[in-house]
Amino acid sequence: MFYRESGQYKTSYRADQAIFTIPQDRVFFALLMLAAFVGIPLVATNYIYTALLIPFLCLALAALGLNILTGYCGQLSLGTSAFMGVGAVAAWNLATRVPDLNILVVFALAGLVTAAVGMFFGLPSLRIKGFYLAVATLAAQFFLPWLFVKISWFTNHAASGVITAPQLTLFGWSIDTPMEKYLFALGVVTLLALAAKNLVRSNPGRQWMAIRDMDIAAEIIGIRPVVAKLTAFAVSSFFIGIAGALYLFVYLGSAEPDGFTITMSFQVLFMIIIGGLGSILGSFLGAFFILLVPIFLTRVPPMLGFDLSTALVSHLEFMVFGALIVIFLIVEPHGLARLWQITKEKLRIWPFPY
Amino acid sequence: MAFFFEVLIGGLMAGVMYSLVALGFVLIFKASGVFNFAQGAMVLFAGLFFVGFMELGMPMVVSLLLTIAVMVLLAGVIERLVLRHLVNQEGIILFMATIGVSFFLDGFGQTIWGSNVRQLDIGIPTDPIFLLDGDILIQSFDLWAALVAGTLLAILVVFQKTRIGRALRAVADDHQAAQSVGIPLNVIWIIVWAIAGLVALVAGVMWGSKLGVQPAIVSLALKALPVLILGGFTSIPGAILGGLIIGAGEKLAEVYIGPLFGGGIENWFAYVLALGFLLIRPQGLFGEKIIERV
Repeated sequence: MFYRESGQYKTSYRADQAIFTIPQDRVFFALLMLAAFVGIPLVATNYIYTALLIPFLCLALAALGLNILTGYCGQLSLGTSAFMGVGAVAAWNLATRVPDLNILVVFALAGLVTAAVGMFFGLPSLRIKGFYLAVATLAAQFFLPWLFVKISWFTNHAASGVITAPQLTLFGWSIDTPMEKYLFALGVVTLLALAAKNLVRSNPGRQWMAIRDMDIAAEIIGIRPVVAKLTAFAVSSFFIGIAGALYLFVYLGSAEPDGFTITMSFQVLFMIIIGGLGSILGSFLGAFFILLVPIFLTRVPPMLGFDLSTALVSHLEFMVFGALIVIFLIVEPHGLARLWQITKEKLRIWPFPY
Repeated sequence: MAFFFEVLIGGLMAGVMYSLVALGFVLIFKASGVFNFAQGAMVLFAGLFFVGFMELGMPMVVSLLLTIAVMVLLAGVIERLVLRHLVNQEGIILFMATIGVSFFLDGFGQTIWGSNVRQLDIGIPTDPIFLLDGDILIQSFDLWAALVAGTLLAILVVFQKTRIGRALRAVADDHQAAQSVGIPLNVIWIIVWAIAGLVALVAGVMWGSKLGVQPAIVSLALKALPVLILGGFTSIPGAILGGLIIGAGEKLAEVYIGPLFGGGIENWFAYVLALGFLLIRPQGLFGEKIIERV
């Protein structure tokens, strides 16, 4: 009743091309942003920032990057966390070696470095696809962290091999408390998500989707697979690289380069499967969901009187993730994003039966 | 030179272990077109159940039979709950579903049996053998592993000639044609997954008695993926040969090239080798040529 588009006419191309074409969506989104930038800082505790919100933002950005590659362009990658590692190491090196560089420039450059590395490992995609490509990205997953550990230049010859993020400062604003870190990450992620949304609904995004749906047909209607696939790898790696840099600078603080393991790659892959392949919104929903599961598993059983050991919880986590993946692929292959869409369609006639 | 041969033989023997895992992949891929990422988890799963039954005090034969029953049951459950609902989906969706299955089995096995390293002793001798007047040292365990792999391969080759084996090959060749001559697809899939489960059991027992049954087996089993790339996804001899090449290659590389980079290249050498191979010959050594039609 309240959420319907009838009677709302688009009278200009501008209106037709808007991301949110009807006012209800715009209002909802504005409220969401208001809640994220103003509401949450008013109520959230440090625990919520550090355990949920900050990792959520970092991993959602990584999921967004992977979604561009896997969801939009159809190229499966199992090397996400290695590329996050590239972003983190690149950003750390830039920030420590060029101390006066603006942090946003550092992040952008780290993203570009990751994009270059991603394109290199994307080269096999020109000849192979599907799970063949997945194996090729596994090479990146095992090779890159090894490289960062063995070549001590990457960690500035630190004896422990641990890289510690320097003090974050943005235009004189020093970012210390979890709330400030959250706001900084939120700003970066919002900007990049907006860019991604516009990218996937313009020319490059349409090329990626054509390649995903049928590469030979796409080639015949004049899309160059080389360009489309490599741009997908580059853009995806750019996002993942920045996500990795955020992960180190805002969330972890200090990390070992070989801490970017294959488990995290799978975690990000699960986020986009559960959230929705080929959906920007889905990347966020999936990341939130996947982060909530372990918190739920550690907190709820004690409340109900079951005392589970940590080991058992981590095994249960594996089982729950595995089962969820299979269930989502069978029941709702388009993930949480599709469920949200269905809700919106139902809302149009609610509370009337038809 | 003796040292070179010792490394080579050690590598080949390690390769046999990779081949054991890769065989399971190939069987399922040939028969159902499913790229079964869960094969590594199945190896751990089978190993955990076997060692678990043994620790409960059962004789080896009984626990072996029980584990076989578990793996056959598992094949039925996977077919009924997962594959049946994903018929006609794209290969990549099925692949992701098997990643889910892999995580589930990994967690399930450890929930039941715990995650500590368990020693498995099935009476395979582990004393070293010296060849060429003591110049070359090999583990007799490795010889046994090669023997087991050889026997398994022989059984699989003979099995291909039986009635069910022919049905499997027919399904691999063309699902629809096989179905139209009266081969029940669902039954065939259960059989194939059960066989892959048994291969996983053999691999699990061998890996388990070499390294102990432990969760790390799953990530070691990932090495079977480059083996497949090298050998071709549809070829059983390819899986064996690919395993030998990867095993020997990574050991030789570790010993002769590794010191130049500070060691540890064993972890990624196989994948990078496969990556290079993909660029030159995507279908692998013995795989069928990948032909795409609109």
